[in-house]
Amino acid sequence: MQLTAERLRALNEISRNLRRTVVEMIYTAGSGHPGGSLSSVEIITALYLEKMKFDPRNPLDPRRDRFVLSKGHAAPTLYAMFAYLNVIPRSELLHLRKLGSRLQGHPDMKSVPGVEMSSGPLGLGLSVGAGMALAAKLNQAPYHTYVLLGDGEIQEGIIWEAVMTANKYKLNNLTAILDHNGVQLDGICDEIMPLGDVAAKFAAFGWRPFTCDGHDIASILNALEEATSYREGPSIIIAKTVKGKGVSYMEGKNIWHGKKIDDHEYRQAVAEIGGISYAE
Amino acid sequence: MLNKLPITNKKAVRVAYGETLVELGGLDQNVVVLDADVSSSTQSKLFAQKYPERFINVGIAEANMMAVAAGLAACGKIPFVNTFAVFCTLRAGDPLRSVVAYPELNVKIAGGYSGVSDSYDGATHQSVEDIAIVRSIPNIKVIVVADATEARLATMAAAKLKGPVYLRLSRAEVPIIFDADYHFVFGKAHELVPGDDLTIIANGYMVYKALEAVRILNQKGIYPRLLNMHTVKPLDEEAVLKAARETGAILTVEEHSIYGGLGSAVAETLGQNYPVPMKIMGFNDRFGETGGYDEVLAKMGLSAEEIVRNAENLLTKKAKR
Repeated sequence: MQLTAERLRALNEISRNLRRTVVEMIYTAGSGHPGGSLSSVEIITALYLEKMKFDPRNPLDPRRDRFVLSKGHAAPTLYAMFAYLNVIPRSELLHLRKLGSRLQGHPDMKSVPGVEMSSGPLGLGLSVGAGMALAAKLNQAPYHTYVLLGDGEIQEGIIWEAVMTANKYKLNNLTAILDHNGVQLDGICDEIMPLGDVAAKFAAFGWRPFTCDGHDIASILNALEEATSYREGPSIIIAKTVKGKGVSYMEGKNIWHGKKIDDHEYRQAVAEIGGISYAE
Repeated sequence: MLNKLPITNKKAVRVAYGETLVELGGLDQNVVVLDADVSSSTQSKLFAQKYPERFINVGIAEANMMAVAAGLAACGKIPFVNTFAVFCTLRAGDPLRSVVAYPELNVKIAGGYSGVSDSYDGATHQSVEDIAIVRSIPNIKVIVVADATEARLATMAAAKLKGPVYLRLSRAEVPIIFDADYHFVFGKAHELVPGDDLTIIANGYMVYKALEAVRILNQKGIYPRLLNMHTVKPLDEEAVLKAARETGAILTVEEHSIYGGLGSAVAETLGQNYPVPMKIMGFNDRFGETGGYDEVLAKMGLSAEEIVRNAENLLTKKAKR
C-alpha cells in the first residue's frame, strides 16, 4: 500500500493527536494504563484509517473487518479513535472510567458499538478472533479479523491454544498484531517470563510471522499488506514498539503500565506531545 | 405425562442430548458444535458425524473452546460448547464469565458428566460446584436435566433462548420419567405430584429419587407435593412461595453441593419472603468419590430412604411451629 507523503503526514498528525487525547483521558480519569495505550497508537491508526473495511457510520455492518483489542487495557486509544471517527461523541471521552459512562475501564462490547469484544482478562482475544475467523469461513464472508496482543499477554497459555486452533483451521483471514514493547506491569518481559524468539515460536506453530516498526505507519501498513496477502494460514505482525511512546518519562518504564498521571506530569506530557486533543 | 413407577425404561441423558444436537443442526444452519476432545463422551460426536463442517474440535483446550465460541457467537453463530461440567465451569470459567456472560453472547454451554454421573472416574471428573458458579454469574440461564425426554426439550429450548444458557447434563443412563406428552416450560417449575403435607423440590436425577421417596411416603399416609425445578436460574419464585404457603415445609434435593445450588436458590427466596421449615439435601461440603453411581449417591445421603427420613423430620418441625 503506497501512501502519499501528504497522507502519511496527516496520519502522523492524527497519531499525535490521539496520543495527546489518551493522556488527557487518563489524566482526567485519575487512573488507567498510559504505557500500553501509547505504544499501540500507530497500529490502531494504521488499521482504522487505512487498512480495515470499517464504516464509522455503520460500525455494525456485517461485512466489516473485525478488530479485537485483546490487550483491553489500551481501551483509551480505541475510544479516542472512535471519537475521531465520530463512532462515539467526542464529548464522551473525558467520561472514561466515570460512573455511568459507556467508556468502561476495559472495553464493553454491549455498550459501545464498534467494540467487537469485551476484553481485559489477557489472552482471551486471540481465541475470540479465531472464532470470528472461523465464523467468516463458515459464512463464506470476506471480512478479515485482526487481534491486537500485548507481549506480556502471550505468557498466557490460552494464547498458544488459540495459535494451534488457527493453524489447524488454516485461518488465513486472521492476523494477530503483537504490540511488542518489551515491558509489562512488573518489569521487563524478558525478566518476568522470557518470551524468547517470538517470531520463531509462532512460525513453529504454523503461523507466518512478519515484523515492522510499530511507530512507523508506512512500516505497519507494509506488514499488514504482506500479512493479509499470505494465503496459507494465520499471520502475525510483530510490531516493535516503545511502552509509553511519546512521553519521555514514561518510555520503557514498567511503572507506567497502569498509573495515574498527576498535574505536573500531565503538563509535561502535553508539552512533549503537542498536537490537539479530540476530547471536548 | 409421567411414567408410572417402577420405571424400567432407561436412556442415557447424553445420548438424548447428542441426538438433539443433530436435530438442531438440521433446523438451523447457524448451529455449530464445539468439543474439547471428549465428543464420544459428551455425544457431540453424533453432530460431528452428520455435520463435520460445523463441528470444531479444539483438542484438550477448554478455555480456548469457550473463547472461540464467543467469537463465533459475536458473528451470528449459535455455538454449543461441550465438555465435562467441571471443566466448562472451572477450566473455562474465565472466558465463560468475561467474554460469554458479560457481553451476553449466544453461547450454549453443555456441562456433561455433571454431579457424580461419571462415578467411577472419581472426584476430579465429577462436578458438584458447577451450578454455584454459573448461578453467580450474571446473564447465564441455568437448566438441570432430569431424564432423556427433558434433555431433548431443554436443549431445544436453550437453542431458542437468546444469550448464554448452561445446560447441566449427565453421563448416566437414567429412568425415563417423562413420556412424550411432557410439556417443558423454561423458567417454570413442573409439578409432578400434587400434595399438601410438604413440598419436595428436586432436579436432575434426584427427581427420580424423589419420586421413589414419594411412593414410600404415600404408603405412610404422607402426601408431599413434588416439583421438578429444572430451571435454577431464573428460579420460579412464584412456585416456591406458593408451595411454602400451601404446604408449610420445603425439602430440596440436588446432586450438587448444598452451597450455591438449587437449595440455596430456594432458601434465598424463602428466607427473604416467606420463611418456612426447610432442609437442603445435597453434597455436604465434600467431594464425590469412586464407586457405582447409586452407591456414591447413597453414601452422600442422596437416596429415596434419606429423602423419606428428611421429609418426616421436616413434618415434625412443621407440626411444632
